Parts: sequence; C-alpha cells; structure tokens
Amino acid sequence: MTLGLLSQYVFNGLMLGMIYAMVAVGFTLFFGVLDVIKFSHGDVLMVGAFTGLATYLGLQAAGADSPLAQLLVMTLVATLSMALLGALIAKYLVLPLRLAPPLNTLLITLMLGSVLREVVRLFYPQGSNPKPYPRLLPADFVSFGSFTLRADSMILLLAGLAAIVAVHLLITRTKLGLAIRAVAQDAETARIMGINFEFIVLLTFAIGSGMAALGGLMNGLYYNEVNFGMGLLLGVIGFSAAVIGGLGNIYGAILGGFLFSALQSVGAVTLPALFPGTSTAYKDVFAFAVVIVFMAWRPTGLIAEKKSERV
Amino acid sequence: MNLKRNAIVSLMGVALALAAGAACAKQTVKIVFIGPLTGGVSANGIGGRNSADLAVRLRNEDAKAKYSYDLVSLDDECKPNIAVQVATKAAADNSIIAGVTHYCSVTAIATVDTYHKFGLPVVVWGAVLPSITYANKFAEIHRVNGTMINQNEVAAKFMSGMKYKKWVVIHDTTDYGKGHNQYFSEYLKKNGGQIAGTFGVTADQQDFTTELTRAKELKPDVIYFGGLTPLGVRIRSQMEKLGINAVFQGTSGIKSDAFIEGLGKQLAEGSLSFIEGAPWEKLPGGLFFAGKYALQKYNEAPEAYGPFAFAAANLIMDAIEKVGPNRKKVTEELGKTKDRDSIIGKITFDDHGQNIVALITKYVAQDGKWVVWEDSEYGSGKRKLKGQ
Repeated sequence: MTLGLLSQYVFNGLMLGMIYAMVAVGFTLFFGVLDVIKFSHGDVLMVGAFTGLATYLGLQAAGADSPLAQLLVMTLVATLSMALLGALIAKYLVLPLRLAPPLNTLLITLMLGSVLREVVRLFYPQGSNPKPYPRLLPADFVSFGSFTLRADSMILLLAGLAAIVAVHLLITRTKLGLAIRAVAQDAETARIMGINFEFIVLLTFAIGSGMAALGGLMNGLYYNEVNFGMGLLLGVIGFSAAVIGGLGNIYGAILGGFLFSALQSVGAVTLPALFPGTSTAYKDVFAFAVVIVFMAWRPTGLIAEKKSERV
Repeated sequence: MNLKRNAIVSLMGVALALAAGAACAKQTVKIVFIGPLTGGVSANGIGGRNSADLAVRLRNEDAKAKYSYDLVSLDDECKPNIAVQVATKAAADNSIIAGVTHYCSVTAIATVDTYHKFGLPVVVWGAVLPSITYANKFAEIHRVNGTMINQNEVAAKFMSGMKYKKWVVIHDTTDYGKGHNQYFSEYLKKNGGQIAGTFGVTADQQDFTTELTRAKELKPDVIYFGGLTPLGVRIRSQMEKLGINAVFQGTSGIKSDAFIEGLGKQLAEGSLSFIEGAPWEKLPGGLFFAGKYALQKYNEAPEAYGPFAFAAANLIMDAIEKVGPNRKKVTEELGKTKDRDSIIGKITFDDHGQNIVALITKYVAQDGKWVVWEDSEYGSGKRKLKGQ
C-alpha cells in the first residue's frame, strides 16, 4: 500500500468520522441533561438535509444564484428549523414523559423517527427516489499520487471541526454552558440555584438537533445525494459512537465517532485481504462486533461520566 | 292490421335469431392476464394489460379465427402473496385455458409452483429473474422476454468489443445483485476481460469511499455495478469524489429517469445500461403494434414490456387455434414454439420454455437522457466514452 493510498483511506475515514461525531454529540448532549436516548436523532438529521435542499430549490426558483449566499441561507434555515424541531420534540414528547420509564421515551422517539422518514418519503415530491444535492463548494483538487485532496471535502471537514469546537466552547466557557452542565449534574439542585430547567433542556435539544442539521448538510454536500432513509443507519452508528465514548461526555462522543469510522475502514480493507472471498459488506458487521466486545470490556465507555448514581 | 304487425315482429325475430346464431357460432375461450395493476409499478402492469387486450381484440376482429377470446385480468400488486392468491384463482378456474403472467420477478417466481400444480400453461411477459424458467423444468412455464443472463452476455460481449481490459465489479448482496455479478463475470471471462476485484455491498449502504479507494488502486477501465438506482447514484457520485476515471457500466437496474435525476446531467453522462426489450420503434413489428395500440385509444402507454405481453397473448391464441381449448394440448403446443415470427422478433423456446432469441438493448446516458447506443453520439463516434 502506497503512502498516497493510505492518506486517501485516512482522509475518507476522517470525513466519515466527523459526520458520525456530529451525530454522536447530539446523543450525548440529550443523555447528559435528561438521561434519555432520543432515537429520532438520525431522522432529524435527514429532515435537516431535506430542509436545506428545499431551501436551495426555493432560492434557485427565486433567482438567487450566488453559491456562497445559497450555502449560508441553506445552513441558516436548516439549522434553525431543526433546532426548533428539536425543542418541540423535547417539549411535547420527551419532557412530559420525564417521570415515565425510560423505555417509553425510547419507544416514542423511535416511532417519531419512522414518522419523519415516512413523511419525507410520501410528501416530498418523488420522495422515495434519491435526490441530487447541489454542488456549492469549489471542486478544485490536488493529487498526490493516488491521493486526491478535494477543496470541498477539506472545507466540510474544517466546518465540522469548527461546529464541534463551537459547541464545546459554548458548554465549557459560557454561562449558558454552565447552566447546561449544572442541569446535567443534578437537575434538582440546579433548579434550586435558580436555573430555568425547562428552558435549558429545550436549548440543549435545540443545539443537538441543530448539530444534526449541520451533519445532514455536510452529508449531502459531501456525497451530493440524500435520501429519506439516510438517517436510520447514521442514527444507530452515532448512538454506538456516543456509547463507545461514554454517554454524556462530548470528548467521548467525538472519539467514538472517529473510532467507529476507523473500524469500518479497517474492516473494509483487511477483511477481504485476510479472508479472500468475503465481501466488504461485512465491514459494518465487523465494526458493530468490535463495539459489542468493547462494551463488554468497558461498559461505561472510553470516558465515563464522572458522577455517582443518585439514590 | 294485427296480422301484419305480427308478421313483421316474427320476421324481425327470425332476423335476430339468425344474427345471434352467426355470433354464437364461435366458442368463447378465456385467457387470463396477471400483472401489477395497482401500486408503484402499475404503469408497466396496465401497459401490459392493454397490450394483451389489444391482441385479443385484434383476434376477435379476425373472421378466420376459430374461437372468440375473452381476457380476464387480475392484479398481483407486485407482491408474492397476492400473486399466489390470484394465480390460484385463475388456475382453479377450468374455463381459463392459459395465462399471460407477471411483470415482477418476485411474483413470477412465487407462482411457478401454482401453475405447475394446476397445469395452467403461462407465458411470462416481463419478469427477468433466470430462476423463473431455469430453477425447475415445468412444462407450463414459458417466457418471451430475456433474462439477466442474456443481458449480461450482451453487456460482456459489447464492452470487451470496445477494447476495455480491466473491470472492477460492485454488486449489492441481494439475489438480484449476486445474479448480475455471477452472469457478468462468467461472460466477461469468456470474452477475455479481466476482473481485478469484486465488492459485495449492502443494498442500503451510503458510503462507498473505502471500496472505491481500493478499486482505484486496481486501476480499472470500467466499474461494473450490479444493483438498483439508489446505490448506482451513490457509487457514481463517489467515484467522482475520489477522482476515479473509469466508465460506469450498470445493468437494467439503473435504467431509470431517477438515476439521471439523482446524479444530474453531467455526472450521469456516459453511463451505460443494458435492458431486455427495446423501445417500440426498434422492434420488428413496432410500427404495426404502435399503430394498432393508438387506434384503441387506451388512456395509458404500453410501456417497455407491452409488446412482450402482446406477443405472449398472440402465442397463446395461436396455440389454442391450432389444438383447441385444452390446457394440456396448449402446454405441449407452446413448448414446440420455434422460430416463430412476432412483433418482438423471432421466438424460440428452449427446453425450459425460455425464449432464447432474447432482445437486449444497450443504452447510454447522453445529455440527461437514456439514448439507445446505436442512435447516440457515442455510437456514431461523435463522442467518446472514457478510455476510448
């Protein structure tokens, strides 16, 4: 294997890992503040990607055709509307079930995911077909041997990194972040300290869902194709990544995202080499099998949430 | 006065009786049409139904025909369970002598046992899975259209004729994708092509960069994809991302407008696909068929497989004309079909009832449309595929 080829694999892995990390951060945020698992997260990502696409088509029809302006408006509309959707989900589906068994929240969000998927499939024009995503980023590239570095992929990678860093700064450096951390640590004490519990929960869900929308846009701009089913597997992978990292910890989620994409790449490259005749379709089997083994070894994930169980 | 009126009435009565007698001279024979008349692929099913209906109407207009025919049409919804129900209904009805059956492979394969058990001779008009005719040796099952075997045979011969040497095969791991991989690889080897790598992928996979990076290392001239449109769109699009400069060769599975819409004109340009059948303009009896079809003023188009349903219905009625309305005799007679002229060209059934003179059309994506290769600017040499 040449160096160029290796770099290509690493770059592909980084790109994929970034998308996984963005989904995983959402899962970890929700779990952090409310101890809930919101399984519709992947589908919110998909709706975000489609919202971006619809905005683009709208802009195109209105005659606004500067790629930069289109990109900005798309990002803004998709992120804000998904943030709103996330907050609505939290307000009307998650919070009312706060005192019910966690299984109920899990089920209700799982069902919501199916609803979102089917709604896009049935009501978006020709929704069951894959949709082309606009190419708004510069397509220049440089080749180093068998490694092709494209400007658009690089921009997406940096944008993803910036989004994650921004969320991190928001949580660690601002007063709002302090409130989120306080709620995550102990909701009741936080309330006594005068923190508006409901507002903080809604805000956290809005941030997580906004991140998902960004992830969806990145996914669309990177693959130049979106479809109604894209959120399903991304949701499961993002959740696994968050769990490997340690649910409730942002660094863990990022680490988990990259680890999962690395596992997939390693699986796809080495499995056919080690066992001739195996198809690369087994890469997911490999990655998820490693996750299972890993969970048996470290049930709390790579970076466990530092807290003792409330009694 | 009264007498006169009575005379007139009785005269009219005699005239009516005579007219009715002439009409009743022919015995009515029922044949069944089964296809997807509702659901996602209903356009194809209704086109097939209309075409079979057209064949029946033309035959009934023919004064020389010994029988008068009645077409019963049933809806299989493209679902195997429904297909078995309607197939049983048709097969259990002894007044039905033969059937023009199924567009979807899943329904056609699900019902072969039913037809065999009840001894109802059928001619498949649209489904392409090889096993429908080849998994068993049921005398009742025949097929006028080609299979993915024919499709890949033509594809392999055509592509090696273009002086391409090295392929990478990507296929989905369903029976459909695996079948394509198997037959294409087989025929490519016979034609001297080399397959540098084969990748089986899941039917809902999103990211193909790892497989494609590996493929890029193998430096293929052509990437062959055995699967359906959604995956085809992703693979073609990600090939571009990784800078893979190879021809994208698909199967009948990507010959849809959704493929071009999903990729956009530019990226789809120069993609190839191979499909059983042909647009009616290209069929030997296409002009005749289209003219007669237009005269009947159906609301729907015949679609790609309509002419096959027409040919299948004619084949059945020819057999009934010859041996009479008897299922056993019709089965036997259909089995003997050899070099029979039809609007889709010559029909010859092998010992499995499969038409071996299958018609395959090559398509290339040009300016946002699937164009028949021979009519395209690629075919005329005005444009060149990659690596030419």
